[in-house]
Amino acid sequence: MNKPLRRIAIFCGVLILALLVRTNYLQYVRADELNSRDENRRVRIERYAHERGDIIVDGKAITGSVETDGSDFKYKRVWKDGPMWAPVTGYSSQAFDSTQLENLEDGILTGNDDQLFFNRTLSMFTGDQKKGGNVVTTLNGAAQKAAFEGLGDQKGAAVALDPETGAILALASTPSYDPSVFAGNSEKDSEARAKLLADKDQPMLNRALRETYPPGSTFKVVTAAAALENGLYDNIDDPTKSPLPWVLPGTTLPLKNEGNIPCENASLREALRWSCNSVFGKVSADLGNKKMIEEADKFGFNQEIFTPVRADKSVFPEDIPSQSAMAGIGQASNRATPLQMAMVASAIANDGKLMQPYMVASRQAPNTDTIDTAEPKEMSRPVSAENAQKIQQMMETVVEKGTGTTAKIDGVTVGGKTGTAENGLNNSKKPYAWFISYAKTDKGTPVAVAVVVADSKANRENISGGGLAAPIAKAIMKAVIDSK
Amino acid sequence: MSVVTNTTTIGAIDAPSRRNTELMMMVFAIAISVFAYANVGLAIDGKLPSGMLGYGAGLVLLGGVAHLVVRKFAPYADPLLLPLATLLNGLGLVLIWRLDQSQRLIQRAKQMGFTYSPDAPKQLLYSAIGVAFFVAVLMVLKDHRVLQRYTYISMVVALVLLITPIFFPEVNGAKIWISLGPFSIQPGEFAKIFIAIFFSGYLMVKRDALALASRRFMGMYLPRGRDLGPILTIWALSILILVFETDLGTSLLFFGLFIVMLYVATERTSWIVFGLLMSAAGAVGVATFEPHVQQRVDAWLAPFSEKTMAQSDQIAQSLMSFGSGGTLGSGLGQGHSDLIMFAANADFILSTVGEELGLAGMMAVLLVYGLIVERGIRTALAARDPFGKLLAVGLSGAFAIQVFVVAGGVMGLIPLSGMTMPFLAYGGSSVLANWALIAILIRISDTARRPAPAPAPSPDAEMTQVVRP
Repeated sequence: MNKPLRRIAIFCGVLILALLVRTNYLQYVRADELNSRDENRRVRIERYAHERGDIIVDGKAITGSVETDGSDFKYKRVWKDGPMWAPVTGYSSQAFDSTQLENLEDGILTGNDDQLFFNRTLSMFTGDQKKGGNVVTTLNGAAQKAAFEGLGDQKGAAVALDPETGAILALASTPSYDPSVFAGNSEKDSEARAKLLADKDQPMLNRALRETYPPGSTFKVVTAAAALENGLYDNIDDPTKSPLPWVLPGTTLPLKNEGNIPCENASLREALRWSCNSVFGKVSADLGNKKMIEEADKFGFNQEIFTPVRADKSVFPEDIPSQSAMAGIGQASNRATPLQMAMVASAIANDGKLMQPYMVASRQAPNTDTIDTAEPKEMSRPVSAENAQKIQQMMETVVEKGTGTTAKIDGVTVGGKTGTAENGLNNSKKPYAWFISYAKTDKGTPVAVAVVVADSKANRENISGGGLAAPIAKAIMKAVIDSK
Repeated sequence: MSVVTNTTTIGAIDAPSRRNTELMMMVFAIAISVFAYANVGLAIDGKLPSGMLGYGAGLVLLGGVAHLVVRKFAPYADPLLLPLATLLNGLGLVLIWRLDQSQRLIQRAKQMGFTYSPDAPKQLLYSAIGVAFFVAVLMVLKDHRVLQRYTYISMVVALVLLITPIFFPEVNGAKIWISLGPFSIQPGEFAKIFIAIFFSGYLMVKRDALALASRRFMGMYLPRGRDLGPILTIWALSILILVFETDLGTSLLFFGLFIVMLYVATERTSWIVFGLLMSAAGAVGVATFEPHVQQRVDAWLAPFSEKTMAQSDQIAQSLMSFGSGGTLGSGLGQGHSDLIMFAANADFILSTVGEELGLAGMMAVLLVYGLIVERGIRTALAARDPFGKLLAVGLSGAFAIQVFVVAGGVMGLIPLSGMTMPFLAYGGSSVLANWALIAILIRISDTARRPAPAPAPSPDAEMTQVVRP
């Protein structure tokens, strides 16, 4: 009977071998695929198994981790001044994933990033608890506070940039939300999130980056840049050949100005000072759609901007001449994010050099050693230094004695541009109040801002960029200058 | 004529008893288990577990008693079987204890309205009873051939064990339990031993009839109808078990066991062909109208499909456990195999091995099982009597098939069936039955390796062979 016995031995060997092959296949060949499956809860468990690193502003953490019990997840994310910082941090919820910096910098914050490999290996030997690294932002706490409090309970957004580096100093959006309310995994968290999602004021919308508005008259700065760059005009104080009324090309409709202002043949400086629609509409029409698009693109239009949080495309589209002329004064199909308009102001303030906006200054290992530091990067040169300085003069005139006098700061040179963009069909809804500006001190140009107030409680007659948005911009600029 | 081969269990004159080797291996087996226990405690609480002394002492006591009994009652037994079983039992206890600490499983129990009680102490008790079984078998069963006398009684016992669960309520979709008050046993585990005894006794008597009295048909030997009777009966029985108790694993186990033993007894390959054809026909037939079996097949084919996930995500969770273990594993106590929830420490205990000990640990554990089977078949080779050969190969074959069916099931190699990983999984019946199984194998190997009695001296031969210088 030994011959069949040996064969049975081989058969049993084959059974065990099949299991060995299978376990190799599962644990070696398919391991990555299995580990990255959506159904695999381990990924999320791992994310909250250790204290998450912090997001840091002005050297202080604006986030934290608290231990929880009663679920798979050991730690829960908490935020200090959640609503104020939500447009920067995003959220990181045990049940609902994460967004923005919490999401994009997850590798550092959880400590799983490849850059932390050495660090991790080291702590394996020292027996330290695993902990995430920190993300140090470029934001300025005082500026953010000024922006958030300035906007108050109005719908709107504000962005402040350092024109010389592109560093984002403030990024506020109102109404906002507190990400802490649904950071956990309970019924209560689900309800809180559902309530936020159902809110028709859209508190979870990041208006600074993810919402586009017609930029209104603030876009005239871009139009002026296009005029100078393309040699349409050379001297900003020479009269332009612009009749009043000026009729939109291809139509019989005259382009109206706000009120009775001296726009006929006004110089560029005067036209910007009074915000003449007829002058800039004509400039846009004279340059033509293609050149306007070219100039807008140089300022960052028609592309997504990554800060690293993605900002929506601002749009200056191909259009028929009459619409293109309207787009030149920030109406028609012209749409811009508040970030985009802050970039316009910062490019002008930085003598024509547009810096890539960014909000992560550096990343730190869990032991606070810096792993990498952001280098300011030039994005483009929308205007020559000479023309930029001309536009600066124009914008400073606006604040000095034009529509933007409410942004004046003592002892500081401020340049700005107001905007009151029509909203809705035939301007049926409340207009958007815009203000873009920059401030210069004897030490340089520390700040450029864009503020939009989209839905004020004010009567529509009182809504204007100078009245509503400029004071907020002023507060932000002042906060930045004071904190230097 | 006599060739001394010390390295195998194949009987040889003056084979060393190897009891000290066994002792050394036992020390290893227990040390590995105790270290594993310490490892879990350190991983979960950051300190040595408080029950460590008790657990270590318990394991040393059980292993020590088992070893001493083998030393006394089966001095020539195979030295590997006991340590391998002890290692698996010890590791199983650690894994069960580790899953006892799972907050997730504790919460699940609370949510379902159960009072939570840890399983590890119970398993330690079962292990003690299992070792007591082991000791009892070795002490009572002086010679395995005695079991031949109980051929038909074994059959009756096996049938009773298999049929009784039909009269008890279904548990989790399969009627494989007999519950008496607080106790419940899984009779299938014990039935496999009785069935192996019955087959060995029956086939030893009938093997010549089965092997020789047959007609050639298309190059194969067809058995006569009256000899075909038993195989048809067993086939029908295993299908019936499958249908009435929806116990896929047990029916596969018995049928495989029968084919293996028949083949060894008759040395006819045609039996295997018949067996495979019949089991395939039976399996396909049952799978087409039995929803429970169908579900298992569907879950096997598409573990991540929406339909499967809605019914049970166990297979998917188990696969992800293996995946997340990777090559080296997350380390004992540091995985999330408890996401499997139901039966994590029973049918699915291997997933915890896969996740926390990784590919390396899985291969080691599978090889330990492989070694037990291999030592069992070597025992069969070494056995001098056909009954012993058949019984040894039957028991090791059953062991191998069970390991394959369970491990293959949780790894998604074959459809899942409700059996437990011998020694590793939580469950009293399983531990008891498998300790008894090891005891019988040890008894057979002791008989096989025992030195043959010295031949009686022949005075004539002595006279003529004396050569004086």
